[in-house]
Amino acid sequence: MSAAENLDPAPEVLLDIQNVSLSFGGVKAIRDVSFNINKGEIRAIIGPNGAGKTSMLNVINGFYHPQEGTITYKGTARHDMRPHVAATQGISRTFQNVALFRGMSTLDNIITGRTLKMNKGLFWHLFRFGPAEKEELEHREFVEHIIDFLQIQAIRRTPVGRLPYGLQKRVELGRALAAEPELLLLDEPMAGMNLEEKEDMSRYVLEVNDQFGTTIALIEHDMGVVMDLSDRVVVLDHGEKIADGTPNEVKSNQDVIDAYLGVAH
Amino acid sequence: MTTGAEAARAGDTFPKLLLRNATKFAGKPAMREKDLGIWQTWNWEDVLDEVRAFSVGLSELGIGPGDKVAIVGDNRPRLYWTMAATQALGGIPIPVYQDSVADEMIFALKHAGVKCAVVENQEQVDKLLEIQEKYKAITDIIYCDPRGMANYDVKGVQAFNEVQDTGRAVMKANGDRESQWLEQIAKGGPEDTAIILYTSGTTGAPKGVVLTMGSVVWAAKVANEFDKLDVNESVIAYLPMAWVGDHVFSYAQSYECGYCVNCPESPETVVEDRREIGTTYAFAPPRVYENVITLTMVQMEDASSIKKKMFDYFLGVARKVGEKILNGEPVAFTDRIKYALGEFLVYGPLKNRYGLSDVRVAYTAGEAIGPEIFRFYRSLGINLKQLYGQTEAAVYVTNQPDGEIYADTVGKTLESIEIKVDDNGEVLYRSPGVFKEYYKNPKATKETKTKDGWVHSGDAGFIDERGHLKIIDRAKDVGKLKDGTLFPPKYIENKLKFYPNIQEVVAFGHGRDYVSCFINIDLTAVGSWAERNNVSYASYQELAGHPDVYAMIEKHVEEVNRELAGEERVAGAQIKRFLILHKELDADDGEITRTAKVRRSFVAERYAPLVKALYDKKKTNQHIKTEMTFEDGRKGMIEGDVQIRDMQPAPPQAMKEAAE
Repeated sequence: MSAAENLDPAPEVLLDIQNVSLSFGGVKAIRDVSFNINKGEIRAIIGPNGAGKTSMLNVINGFYHPQEGTITYKGTARHDMRPHVAATQGISRTFQNVALFRGMSTLDNIITGRTLKMNKGLFWHLFRFGPAEKEELEHREFVEHIIDFLQIQAIRRTPVGRLPYGLQKRVELGRALAAEPELLLLDEPMAGMNLEEKEDMSRYVLEVNDQFGTTIALIEHDMGVVMDLSDRVVVLDHGEKIADGTPNEVKSNQDVIDAYLGVAH
Repeated sequence: MTTGAEAARAGDTFPKLLLRNATKFAGKPAMREKDLGIWQTWNWEDVLDEVRAFSVGLSELGIGPGDKVAIVGDNRPRLYWTMAATQALGGIPIPVYQDSVADEMIFALKHAGVKCAVVENQEQVDKLLEIQEKYKAITDIIYCDPRGMANYDVKGVQAFNEVQDTGRAVMKANGDRESQWLEQIAKGGPEDTAIILYTSGTTGAPKGVVLTMGSVVWAAKVANEFDKLDVNESVIAYLPMAWVGDHVFSYAQSYECGYCVNCPESPETVVEDRREIGTTYAFAPPRVYENVITLTMVQMEDASSIKKKMFDYFLGVARKVGEKILNGEPVAFTDRIKYALGEFLVYGPLKNRYGLSDVRVAYTAGEAIGPEIFRFYRSLGINLKQLYGQTEAAVYVTNQPDGEIYADTVGKTLESIEIKVDDNGEVLYRSPGVFKEYYKNPKATKETKTKDGWVHSGDAGFIDERGHLKIIDRAKDVGKLKDGTLFPPKYIENKLKFYPNIQEVVAFGHGRDYVSCFINIDLTAVGSWAERNNVSYASYQELAGHPDVYAMIEKHVEEVNRELAGEERVAGAQIKRFLILHKELDADDGEITRTAKVRRSFVAERYAPLVKALYDKKKTNQHIKTEMTFEDGRKGMIEGDVQIRDMQPAPPQAMKEAAE
């Protein structure tokens, strides 16, 4: 299933990170890291705890602003991203700790992912009349396709706070998909899941990539999952990039083995 | 079109009934399916159009008279259409249990000699491709749901609507094709094989029960007449399509009288979908009814104390007078007022919650239902009835007529069915609905069906003074303790299973000194209890072994013993020792059948060390290591110590007093 064989000889770069450094006061979270994400691939970011993986995602999606370096997204170079720019330009994400609206139903949570696509004004939506109604129906249909895709019909109307963790993660993926992202950032989508839930989630990730052509960057600790899913892997350790390449290359890289086994620095 | 009209008038096969319905019930809904959260409806003309296109498409693939087409998947309209489409060509549909693993499935497919399989989705396509490697005769695999199928470029694998498109194109190009199709239908008759159903089989390999058009159409007809069902009924199809109950209920009876069959969005949404549809006729094995009670009781535990008190009070009222009111017996005026109030406050909302508000008749079958569970539903005003049936009889042997409902019997025979009980206490029956034979198994056919058409049911029972059939147990299961005391395992098990905390029970005792049992706790109910009482646990196994859980189950066993002590015939069959199993009995491990019946002898064999320990008075716990199968077919090991509890049954006399 690996998409490596269908990659073009010269893959189009969707996102390019050049010499990015990020520090919080004296703590250097990311040091001079460069890598890119090609269009249509599944790119894994791995590394031991505290390696700077989530910080990297936060930089990509504009939540953190790096002190140095440039981010080139769809050909436009920036010093940093702004979250709303990232969102309108097709970057959406899920979080390591599920960040849903707990009191709202699955359906409503996923619909919030469509907010940026709703154009009719407050006035129309206030009365849910005319164009606003039509728009809402269109969005609802789109969301229903996602619900169908993720097979969460049974919990359509359940408040997400009442759902088990594995399902909440799935709802969060649904909300991210509702924005029709070009680049989907997944922060540990399989953390804390059992084997069956992991298999399900892996299938969804592959299918998203396969069916919608969405580019995916994911952080994951389960090496089996990373090796099976991703086309290319970048490895961070203590904020530095120590390896970058196909899963097999990375697996046999001595630095990576050392980092994971905890060789003294 | 005259062939079509004539065939429709004859109405002795399902394709002919379909032709009839398309004119007789034109515009009436035949089938609904929830798609993208909205119910989509097909009326009878639409169904005819879909079936015709698919059927002609199938014939283009070379399916003709006598060919077998496997059907694998959850209840989907397209899979039901496949049945009619296959039958129209003179072919034979073979529905297979959709959750069986490839190895299990291959037996039935090979045995039947299936050429083509129509499946629900990618998961089943993968399974069929796996089977194809071992069994090459399957040339075509047709899937209903295109999701995830984009990258499949395998010869012989195509989408349902592609086959229909072929069919439509062929009919357009050649004007004779449609009349040829109608002629083929007209050729069909009641002696044709309608379907082969593989029984899940509590023992041995599955057997293919061959039912003819005549018998299935007959069964549908008498059942519809018996409960006065008509075109306005609505049912929900959610039981396995390979089960005879679903076949007759969701296909045959619908075709016979034209009622609407609704397919739920997914197996998990059945309860909500049922509420939206408001079914009027229901059919389910006891387990479904048990689960609803368990769920209700668990949720009520979490309710506020006012609600809980109200619920308990009115359930008390219902228990006292509900059944009498439903049966039209005289009841005190004050009780009637209390019951009406209860209907408004408790029963009505409860029935609505489970989509049972509009139900006129609900049946339970497949296994004995606990009398307590049965009365619970009837006391709420739901006309739940029992029937006794078998695959070999195209379901119906006996039904409970309105006004003659007894919790301990399964009713009277329908018209033109005869029953008798032989010297060994086994029930035999004969009817126009009985099966033709076991497919390619004359030995088994001979053992079960006598020359003059009587069928051995394998169940022990008797006909009581009211003319009702009473089933005690499987004929071979009713046993005796060493001292000759009667030991009806099912009877004891059902008493325990009424407790929401208990999911499954397996009782032992035949040829032994005393009765003992395995218990499976209900993870939903006990899990909720654990949450309320701050009992932490990581797995089923840990929860099952918790001392507090043991104490709770011990109390239930004690109560059941007290009940048994009050009944003269079974007083000696009280439970002396029990244990809580370290894993849930699972169909994937072959411990229960796909229709959720315990495979007693298999369980006894698999857990032989535990059974041995139950009868070794010195042992208070036993170490056990068991292999278990995950849903995807992989295997793992589970092991641990299982504790055994001794129960102290007092003499029957003292018990009786205690009970009063």
